[in-house]
Amino acid sequence: MKEKLREYLKHPGSFIVFILIMLAAIITVGVMVFIVAYILVNGIPNIMPELFEWEYNSKNVSMMPAIINTLLMTLFTLLIAIPIGVFSAVYLAEYAKKGSKLVKVIRMTVETLSGIPSIVYGLFGFLAFVIALKWEYSFLAGSFTLAIMVLPLIMRTTEEAILAVPDSYREGSFGLGAGKLRTVFRIVIPSAMPGILAGVILAIGRIVGETAALIFTAGTTAAVPSNVFSSTRTLAVHMYCLLSEGLYTDQAYATAVVLMVMVIGINALSSYCAKRLTKK
Amino acid sequence: MRARESVMKIVFLLCACVSIVAVAAICLFMFVNGFPAMAEIGVGKFLLGTEWRPGQNLYGIFPMIIGSIYVTAGALVIGVPIGILCAVFLAFYCPKKLYTFIKPAIQLLAGIPSIVYGFFGLVFIVPLIRNLFSGSQSGKGVLTASILLGIMVLPTIIETTESSLRAVPEAYYEGSLALGATKERTIFKSVMTAAKSGVVSGVILGVGRVIGETMAVIMVAGNQAAMPGSILSGVRTLTANIVLEMAYATDLHREALIATAVVLFVFILIINVCFSLVKRSDS
Repeated sequence: MKEKLREYLKHPGSFIVFILIMLAAIITVGVMVFIVAYILVNGIPNIMPELFEWEYNSKNVSMMPAIINTLLMTLFTLLIAIPIGVFSAVYLAEYAKKGSKLVKVIRMTVETLSGIPSIVYGLFGFLAFVIALKWEYSFLAGSFTLAIMVLPLIMRTTEEAILAVPDSYREGSFGLGAGKLRTVFRIVIPSAMPGILAGVILAIGRIVGETAALIFTAGTTAAVPSNVFSSTRTLAVHMYCLLSEGLYTDQAYATAVVLMVMVIGINALSSYCAKRLTKK
Repeated sequence: MRARESVMKIVFLLCACVSIVAVAAICLFMFVNGFPAMAEIGVGKFLLGTEWRPGQNLYGIFPMIIGSIYVTAGALVIGVPIGILCAVFLAFYCPKKLYTFIKPAIQLLAGIPSIVYGFFGLVFIVPLIRNLFSGSQSGKGVLTASILLGIMVLPTIIETTESSLRAVPEAYYEGSLALGATKERTIFKSVMTAAKSGVVSGVILGVGRVIGETMAVIMVAGNQAAMPGSILSGVRTLTANIVLEMAYATDLHREALIATAVVLFVFILIINVCFSLVKRSDS
């Protein structure tokens, strides 16, 4: 310790840099803890039982329909995105010739997709699904838009997980006489499962927190949808509506707490899955 | 058996092509719907016009372009130094025990929905700015948005910088220390130089995040469609312009908003190209 101090005295520049590094770390962690604590401390007292009633009306802006919609929307979006995402990752990792033109194009488009802001997705969904396909503001339009949005995330994590499966597993399977397809479904995908799950859970986090892509595709009706063509609002959209009406700050606090607890839980689950993958 | 193999192979291939189709469809829908409005208004008037008054058929998005650039620059000024220094801390100084706590915490910061960030900005940063600076009436403006987005961009920059710092061979670090350089000098003169392209690509990724951010910005930027006079004055970004008016826009107004998204989309494409150029020069 003393030795270190003496060295710093000889190099004051380095000492200043050291201080700055520590300061940056403290600021980052401090800000993070503060945001979470601020929302929780101000929000938890505002969580009232009537906010979880089934009906939404102007007297009681219940978030229950929005919570149910969020779950339904997540489920439906994943139903579309997981098969496509996993299958394309299988193609890229197991079937495609490395460095072929097609693979390059696919990778480029995936990178492009993951960089597109959610409002552009929202507008695309509006133009393509709501207007061109005449689905109007609907559950279906919302989940298709979200499915395209999370596709690159699922593809990338699945591909990484598949590539991490040792080749000896595949060779063993081939050696026992299994075909390529059987090997993929019985050996490769099960071994890559924790990694795939971690990606899926990350995708859930994005779906739950998404607002901009949904306002103009799924609309903002605060009721449980009667069919796939009715308009719905998820919890994040619900919060946006509360804020833009400007009358419901307390309820917005409560919604923020529920939203944040959901996302924190989802993230913890994801890192748990990822940890299990690395342990193997 | 054989048939199933080849059928599934085609299914996999088709799935892989979905992302190509998606990008093509997005480009097609955006450009087809956006360009006619641009042509009707006049590209120059649209991009460089400083008046946005849909009621009087004036559609100039220059204030919004400037708004997006100001806010992005502000967020980078705040987020990049803190992010890079924090990544250095994580890679070289952080005790292992503390690391297992901080690392997931930063990932969590990335997972918080932007609407929650926006809400936090609205109820905490906005009043703070209003009380700190007498020149700010509402507390909403370039500075407020920059602070909030600076916080939001931290995880992206920390993550990429840390992983590129860790990818530098240990020998660089040890060699520099052995030559008598201090730890800090070693990190910034030797390791950071080697990791430069990774850090730069992280910053570019951050630019993409910030410029596309919508919900958080709307809450704290003030949203006036006019050129910002100072860092305290209200500002409207390209993304905010779309969300604010799309709900009730019709005809040319709606098309002008779609054209706004096209401009945003082109910005993002440029950023993506920069990103892959930096990455390619690395390998």
